[in-house]
Amino acid sequence: MTLDNLKIGRSGVITAVGGDGALRRRLLDMGLTPKTRVMVRKVAPLGDPIELHLRGYELTLRKEDAKNIEINEVD
Amino acid sequence: MTFALIGNQNSGKTTLFNQLTGSNQHVGNFPGVTVEKKEGTLRKHKDVSVVDLPGIYSLSPYTAEEVVTRDFALNDKPDGIINIVDATNIERNLYLTLQLTELQIPMILALNMMDEVTANGDYIDIDKLSSSLGVPVVPISASKNDGIDELVDRAIATVKNGVLPQKTDFCQAGGELHKTIHSIAHIIEDHANAAGIPTRFAATKLVEGDTPMMQRLALHKDEVDLITILVQNMEKALGTYRDAALADMRYDFIERLCARCVEKKHTQTKQQLRSIQIDKILTHKVFALPIFLCIMLFVFWITFGLVGPVLSDLLSEGIDLVTQATDTLLINLQVSEWLRSLVIDGVFAGVGSVLSFLPTIVVLFFLLSILEDSGYMARVAFVMDKLLRKIGLSGRSFVPMLIGFGCSVPAIMATRTLSSERDRRMTVMLIPFISCSAKLPIYTVFTAAFFPKGGALVMMGLYVFGILMGILSAFLLKNTLFKGKPVPFVMELPAYRLPAAKSVLLHMWEKAKDFIVRAFTVIFFATIVIWLLQSFDLRFEMVQDSSQSILANIGKFVAPIFAPLGFGNWQAVTALITGLTAKEAVVSTFAVLTGAGDSSSLIPILSSMFTPLQALSFLVFTLLYMPCVAAMAAVKRELGGYRSALLLMLYQTAFAWVAAFVVYSFGLLFFG
Repeated sequence: MTLDNLKIGRSGVITAVGGDGALRRRLLDMGLTPKTRVMVRKVAPLGDPIELHLRGYELTLRKEDAKNIEINEVD
Repeated sequence: MTFALIGNQNSGKTTLFNQLTGSNQHVGNFPGVTVEKKEGTLRKHKDVSVVDLPGIYSLSPYTAEEVVTRDFALNDKPDGIINIVDATNIERNLYLTLQLTELQIPMILALNMMDEVTANGDYIDIDKLSSSLGVPVVPISASKNDGIDELVDRAIATVKNGVLPQKTDFCQAGGELHKTIHSIAHIIEDHANAAGIPTRFAATKLVEGDTPMMQRLALHKDEVDLITILVQNMEKALGTYRDAALADMRYDFIERLCARCVEKKHTQTKQQLRSIQIDKILTHKVFALPIFLCIMLFVFWITFGLVGPVLSDLLSEGIDLVTQATDTLLINLQVSEWLRSLVIDGVFAGVGSVLSFLPTIVVLFFLLSILEDSGYMARVAFVMDKLLRKIGLSGRSFVPMLIGFGCSVPAIMATRTLSSERDRRMTVMLIPFISCSAKLPIYTVFTAAFFPKGGALVMMGLYVFGILMGILSAFLLKNTLFKGKPVPFVMELPAYRLPAAKSVLLHMWEKAKDFIVRAFTVIFFATIVIWLLQSFDLRFEMVQDSSQSILANIGKFVAPIFAPLGFGNWQAVTALITGLTAKEAVVSTFAVLTGAGDSSSLIPILSSMFTPLQALSFLVFTLLYMPCVAAMAAVKRELGGYRSALLLMLYQTAFAWVAAFVVYSFGLLFFG
């Protein structure tokens, strides 16, 4: 599944990061690399973007960008 | 000796810069903070300077900030790098550190926010961290001024002894990536030496597919082909993209490093847990927007309703006193009439009227910088992103636009933190649609004259109308000039922190200084020009009757253009021209041209000059036409040239003409 489908409070482990050059590079730079555990903390009041917790900090990105991140949901 | 100060956003970089240099800067990653290269000398070592570089997460070539940092490190060759790292967020912060070591410049790591680490009962093994990274590490707390002296001493020693980072290779030995980097390094070594770029840095950038680096190295075609094949083979062997391979390697090293050096009691710090609690309210599904609106209303109420006007009145009374004193002095000195007029009617009246706006700006920036430094502005971007995306921008553009309600100049300057050229240009072009505080006196006088009952409603309506026109304009721009995808919105939400009084006050002072400087340069010059045009007639003799002045003649000449908008009289047009020095000058010009003296006696005169509908049309035009000279100067700087600035001027004015024409025509149609 992709990261944008993860429900609030649930976690996943990244398996692949896609997207075009600038976007993928930005995601990778911010620590969204394969094998990283990510938790969806919140969805913005208007339904987008989403707030993530990873590597000990909070990151926000849009659902359309999160679509490029493949994950395996974990407990 | 010169140091470059480099670190992530929200790592406390600006606070450290303030502690190191005592310079005027402020905390936060929002508007216009560290994008300009700011330089200062060390407090205790006047021969050592520090350059504060923008907050970045990586040395990739995708954002202006990253490019500025790269270029500075490669071209200006600082003697040393001070890399500031947020110890409470060490994993992501070290990612940049690993890239910086490749630059092979003497470097020291300032491990910031150690007070929070200790308070949380966590532990970081400094020695182990230092030996694993191959650079000296000094624990500090920039906000508490702890460890700064040691940092300075060791930084200077590192440069004096010429200690380069001991490690640049963080790969697992023998891996595919390792082999590829080494092979490429061999191929490009001569080119890198010729270009003065560290070979290792150039090699990893080529693995990442960094086009600017490729161009800089001036490689031969067969070399480029060879590198392409090497990288393709690596991608096949690893089963990942080229850039992912490097990011993966760096984070992999950092994870193993942190496992050995960092002991955490809890997965999250107290500050992070507190932030999560605060965000339960501030970014709440239902309450987030109302709370944001309330906060903004509060900010504007304090600025424009409570404190601002009182201080402004006080200041303008002070200016009046000085003006009168100077006037008396000049009369006693028996200086010529034109000189007295230049000083009193030109300089004092012009600069004075602008200066009386200083308190409003100071109060506004005091409040905005509290919101910024606390971390709330990042939440505003988070909450507002979806709305702004509809007009082709990201949540980050919201803050500069918000500042636009105060003054377009700092708002336009604030766009510099936006990571894409496209977003920046578009935001700059939208800011003038937002009613700045200098237009408020015009609205006040006109609503008092024409809409005594629904004044507040008309005022509110004008603000909303400006925003609506901005949105309309955004749609126009989005589908014409600015086609293409907006930048990815990938932003850190920093933990809430109490803003330091010192940095808020420094920020306020900086803005005030900026405004005063503008008042005495651009605006000073412009007021003198306008005074000349106002005080002399076409034969260049001083005029007694203001209707004979050069300016009035220009106004009369241009006036027919505005006849379809309902205000083709030369006084209105002349007032609009003087409004270009600063919008509030529209009111004072009306007062001069009609002989009203002050704005209260202007009100009855105005109501005989315009019908309410004509007044409304005039207000709409005033709201939308080209911004003042100070704002245009800022636009020129940010859009990079007179041509863009000129285009913006024409665009705004044409837009205003059409909008006023539509309002006036519809008004005539419905209300006769």
